[in-house]
Order: sequence, then C-alpha cells, then structure tokens
Amino acid sequence: MNNQKHASTAPAGFMDRTWDFFASVRLSVVLLLSLAVTSIIGTVIPQNADPSVYARKFGPDLYSVLDALSIFNMYQSWWFRLLLCLLVINLVVCSVRRLKATWKVIFPKKTHFNPDRFKKVAGRIEWQVPDTPAGDLKDTIEQYMQKRYSHVQTRQEDNSWWIFGERGRWTRLGVYGVHLSVVLLVIGGLIGSLFGFEGMMNVPEGESRRTITLRNSDETRQLDFSVRCDDFTVSHYPSGRPKEYRSDIALVEDEKVVETHRLRVNDPLRYKGINIFQSSYGQNAAEAFTVVFTDTESGMRFEKKAAIGKTVAVPAGKGELTVEDFSGNFAFRGHNVGPAFLASLNPSSGKQRPVLLPVNYPKFDRMRGGEYAISIEDVAYTYYTGLQVTRDPGVPLVYISFALMILACYVTFFMFQQKIGIEVQDSDTGVRVAVGGISERRRPGIKTAVRRLAAKLQKQTNQRTAG
Amino acid sequence: MPNSETVFTIVTFVYGLAFILYVAAWIFKKSLPGKTATGVLIAAAAGNAAGFVLRWTESHQMGYGYVPLSNLYESLVFFALCMAVIYLVVEYRYKVRTIGVFASIVPFLAMAYASLPSVDSQIQPLIPALQSNWLIAHVITCFLGYAAFAIACGISIMYLIKSASASPDTGTVGHFPDVETMDELTHQMIAFGFLFLSVGIITGAIWADQAWGRYWGWDPKETWSLITWLIYATLLHARFMRGWEGRRIAYLSCLGFVAVLFTYFGVNLLPGLHSYQ
Repeated sequence: MNNQKHASTAPAGFMDRTWDFFASVRLSVVLLLSLAVTSIIGTVIPQNADPSVYARKFGPDLYSVLDALSIFNMYQSWWFRLLLCLLVINLVVCSVRRLKATWKVIFPKKTHFNPDRFKKVAGRIEWQVPDTPAGDLKDTIEQYMQKRYSHVQTRQEDNSWWIFGERGRWTRLGVYGVHLSVVLLVIGGLIGSLFGFEGMMNVPEGESRRTITLRNSDETRQLDFSVRCDDFTVSHYPSGRPKEYRSDIALVEDEKVVETHRLRVNDPLRYKGINIFQSSYGQNAAEAFTVVFTDTESGMRFEKKAAIGKTVAVPAGKGELTVEDFSGNFAFRGHNVGPAFLASLNPSSGKQRPVLLPVNYPKFDRMRGGEYAISIEDVAYTYYTGLQVTRDPGVPLVYISFALMILACYVTFFMFQQKIGIEVQDSDTGVRVAVGGISERRRPGIKTAVRRLAAKLQKQTNQRTAG
Repeated sequence: MPNSETVFTIVTFVYGLAFILYVAAWIFKKSLPGKTATGVLIAAAAGNAAGFVLRWTESHQMGYGYVPLSNLYESLVFFALCMAVIYLVVEYRYKVRTIGVFASIVPFLAMAYASLPSVDSQIQPLIPALQSNWLIAHVITCFLGYAAFAIACGISIMYLIKSASASPDTGTVGHFPDVETMDELTHQMIAFGFLFLSVGIITGAIWADQAWGRYWGWDPKETWSLITWLIYATLLHARFMRGWEGRRIAYLSCLGFVAVLFTYFGVNLLPGLHSYQ
C-alpha cells in the first residue's frame, strides 16, 4: 500500500519540482550570469580560426581538450545553446506562472479601493481650499479624474468624500513583452542558423558567378541565379582611404536579367530572400603581362610575354619559369607587399624553387642572388568585387523582436500602474484636499505623479474658488 | 574663430574647475560653491556641445561632412557631454549635488584622455562601412546608456562608502544624499541606461545587417555589449524579483560599469570590426 501510494505521488512531485526549478528567478540569475561569463571566452580566444593556428598556440593536448569542448566555435556549441535554451524555458515558465496572477490584477472582477491605504501613504499631498463647499469640490475633482483616469469611483466615508482612480494597469504586461521579445529573438536566431546561410563570392568585372563559399568552411553552394558584375568602381580620399566602392550588378536567371542594382556598402540588394552585400574588392591580373629577366652583372634586359599558368624560358637556356598564381595583396613576412606573382623557377642546373615577384618592388628578386633577377611589368589589372551573400529567414522575426523589446522595455521601466485616492474633507478653516498614490513595487515615479496631479488639481480647485 | 580642438581643450579645464567646486561644495556643504559648481558644469556642457557642432561644421568645410561620432576621440568627447547633461537633469530633478563630484571628474578624465597624443584627433573622412545613419543612432544611444551607467556607478560607490561608514550621518559622508535616495537613483539610472543600451545594441544590429548582412556576428565588442546587458539584466531581476537592495545592488552596479569600460576600451585590445583606428 505504502509503496503504491509513493509511486502515485512521485511523478507529480517530480513534475512540480521540475516546474518549480524552471520557475525560479534564482535560475534566471544563474543563467544570465553564466551566459555573461562564458561569453567572455569567445572574445579572448578568436573563433573559427584554422585548427593549425590553435594547435600551435595551445599545444596538441590542450588543443584536443578545448576542441572537444567546442571552445573554438563556442557560440554555436551544444553547451552554449543549452544555456540559451534553458534561459528561454525559464523565461517562459516564469512568465506563464506570473501571468496568471497579473491577469487577475489587470482584469479584476471588481475594482476595489481601500481608503486606509491612501491615508498613510508616503508622499501624500494636502492643501486647504477656503470658501468652497466640499460637495462642489468633489464634483470638480471627479470630473477632472474622469478625464485622466479610469475606474473612477466616488464614495462618502465618515465625514469625507473619497474619489478614486486608476490607470496604467496594462503596463504590467510590459515585462512579459520584454520576455516575449527575447524568446522571439532566440527563435529568430535559431531559424537563421537552421535555414539560412552566409557566404562570399568574388565576381570579376564583366563576368558572372553563381557559386558562393560558405563562411568558416570550405563548402560551396549554388545560387538559383548567377550574379554578373557589369562595372566596379572604387574611389579614394586624398589620404588614400577608400571613400566608396560600388558594383553595378545584374542577377541573371534562365538567361534573363531579373534584377539590376548599383551595390554600395550599406546599400544591399535583396532578391527572393537572398541578400547581396558589397563587402570587399580586389585586383586580378589580366591575362597578359611581361616577365623581365635582368642580367645581374651586365644589367641587360630580356622581356618575355607571359600569362598565369604559362611557362617561359630563362635566357641563355638557363631553365624555365612558370607563373603560377597572383595575389592582389600578398603578405610577405607580415608586410603587405601589394600585388605579387608567385612563380616556380626550374633552373637547368639545381633544384626547382618558388619565387615571389611583387609588382611594386621590381628589385625584390635580386635578394635571391640568381644570375638573372626576375620582375614583372606591364600588368593590366581587372577588379573583382567581393560580395557577401546571405539568406536568413529569421530576420523578420528578429526585427519584430527588436521593436517589441524597445517598446516593452520603455513600458516596463518608465510606466507603471498607479492608483490614486483623493480625500475631500470639511474642516474649520475650509475644505481639506489630500492626494495619495499607490504604485506596484513602490515605484519612485509615483511621488512625481502625485505631485503633478496635486498641482493640476490645485489649479482646478483655485479656479473654482475664483469663479 | 577657434577650432573645435581648442574649444575642447578649454572645456576640459572647465570640467576640472567644476570638479574642484563640487568637491568644495561637498566638503564645506555651502550653497555658494554648489551653485557656482552647477553653473560651471552647465558652461562646460554648453561648451562641449558647441565644440561638437563646431567639429561637425569643420568636417563639412573639409568636404567630408559627417556627424563627429566616428573615432575614439570623438566618442570620448561625446561621452563627456552625455554624462554632464544626464547628471544636470538628475541634479535638477532630485536636488542632489554631491554626485556632481563624479559627474564632473569623469567628463574631465574622458576629455583629458582624448587630448593625449596617442588618441588621434584629426578629422578623418569616413570609410564606406561607417557611412550610415544607423551608425549615428547606434553611437548616440550607446553613449547615453554608458553615461547613465557611469553615473549609477558613481552613486553606487557613494552608497557603499556611506553604508560602510561608522557615522553615516555626520562629516563629509553625511553630506551624501540619504541611502534610500541613492538606492532609488541608482535604480533609475540603470533602468535608463538599460533601455538605451538595448536600443544601442539593436540599432547596431540593424546597421550590421545593412552593412555586412548579419545582425549579430559574435564580434568581441558585440559580445561584450551583450555581457554588459546580461549583467544589468541580472541586477534588474535580482532587485525586482528577489528583492535585492542596497549594497548588493551597488556591487552589481559597479561590476556592470566595469563591463561597460571593457566594452568601450578593453575590446580595442582584442581583434574585431569595432576596434577604433
């Protein structure tokens, strides 16, 4: 019997305890702080770099431990997502639990005011109005309150008239709005990471491309249309800083141009849920250029037309040179040497070796100490435009959550429910009027609200006296 | 006509003068230095604002034409202005003057830091990514938030000093506002700062979405602004839902401001899009 009873209550107890666990604000505080503390890791350790960089930095053992913990991609890791998930559950459970009580406050069956609470409240303001019957004053105040407050009630108690009013009940929903906005934000982010992508494509001037390389991976993806770059322009300030770069692009679908746009930084093109951004640019070397061999002793020059992938003969049958690659911004020992060609020299005697040929430093190859110093001239460049291509179906939801968050934060922090109780009482020296206000959670703003209301009422009652 | 840099140099010293007067008003609890301090701080803020407008005009004369909110120098100048203005509103509404000690020394230090040779004060044309109205909204809202948090931190420090003092109602500590007022003011400033930090992060996200096609990229500065947001969110929950008050809130407020400082300056030590050039 005992056993059975135990068995029947245990699941309910477990459910209750789970519910209580997720409904606790202590959990919220712990989760918020955990997210804050763990987020620091990813700002100290650069994320998504090449594994070899980490392996060199941390050593193989530490590297494998950190890698297993997804430290190098921590914001997408299972444990960081788990923390976010727990926060969302916590948020929803807390809100649902408290919303029930709040709902009763916002939509009570009957609005009730207790005069005693207003008698003792801090910040109560009193003044005397001479020569006016209390009943008339009551009417003036009541009329004023009807205009500015809802649920206005007037009551006579002992020797006093009481006028009550209330407003801003709905502002109690503000905090739920903030919580809802966080939930929407996380859902929007999740949709983006599940169904969206982010990639780059380089389109040379005058050409079309439809393949993008995804961010932080070597994966590629085909677009439903191809992107053609009709023109690319970059302008500079006198200091050399880039001022503007832009691409005239056309989207081609089934051999038809479906969209054209002058793409600038901060002015993207959006087409069928895909966003195309001007992100960077670079130079490509044109098909043809001249390879110059300079005899280091006599200074005699030998010029040969060449192209990427082409092999030219070194003068006097001293071997061959194959131009293999070009880079618009080559980094040599950490210094950007600008546009440079990479070539492979295969001498008639000796071993094959790579040579670097920076266009702006024609004497660079002299350092090699070879018989002939090699340089490149007459390079005609073409630009390519670097486009960022993204798709994020979560963005509309994220933007909605942004708007909701701002609005709801404002309501939560700067608006509040206020109940006002005004006492109008005959005394020896005239009529005494007292204004008191109550807010939820003793909001500091209530005193200001009461002060302002009292000032307005004083004006009203004085006018009344004057008339 | 003086150039904006000269104006800012003068303003730096006016902030310094306001600080000295606020200290005098606090220690001697006299109303004359207090009123003078307020006047001097208003003058400093007005000069600061005038310098801002002047720099804006200068950038137009140079042919670049941008709102001067784009580098460390300009941000420091703007931060000083935000802090002075927010404090003056608080002083006017709450009739508390001792906080002015913080609200004048921090702008002074910010302006002094801006004048160091290591901080480039040249008017530089904007690179394409910075040519956006969202940038202006982003920087203004962020700095209003930072300034409010700075004032909150100043008040929290005063709170900690006063509540730890053996005789909190006498001597110089006695001249601080009472602990309830300080607790309330801290909360008001944090609520204000939190709203503006939220708007700042959001406008920054929209800008990033316009410029780079993603509203959030876990860039160190983004992440640190989120960390700051999370700390203040913790503080607000601890206060509202768990009834934390007084010293514990004051400590959290200081911690939050440390995060603000790191978001502002520390992140420049880390790699990312936001590092000031």
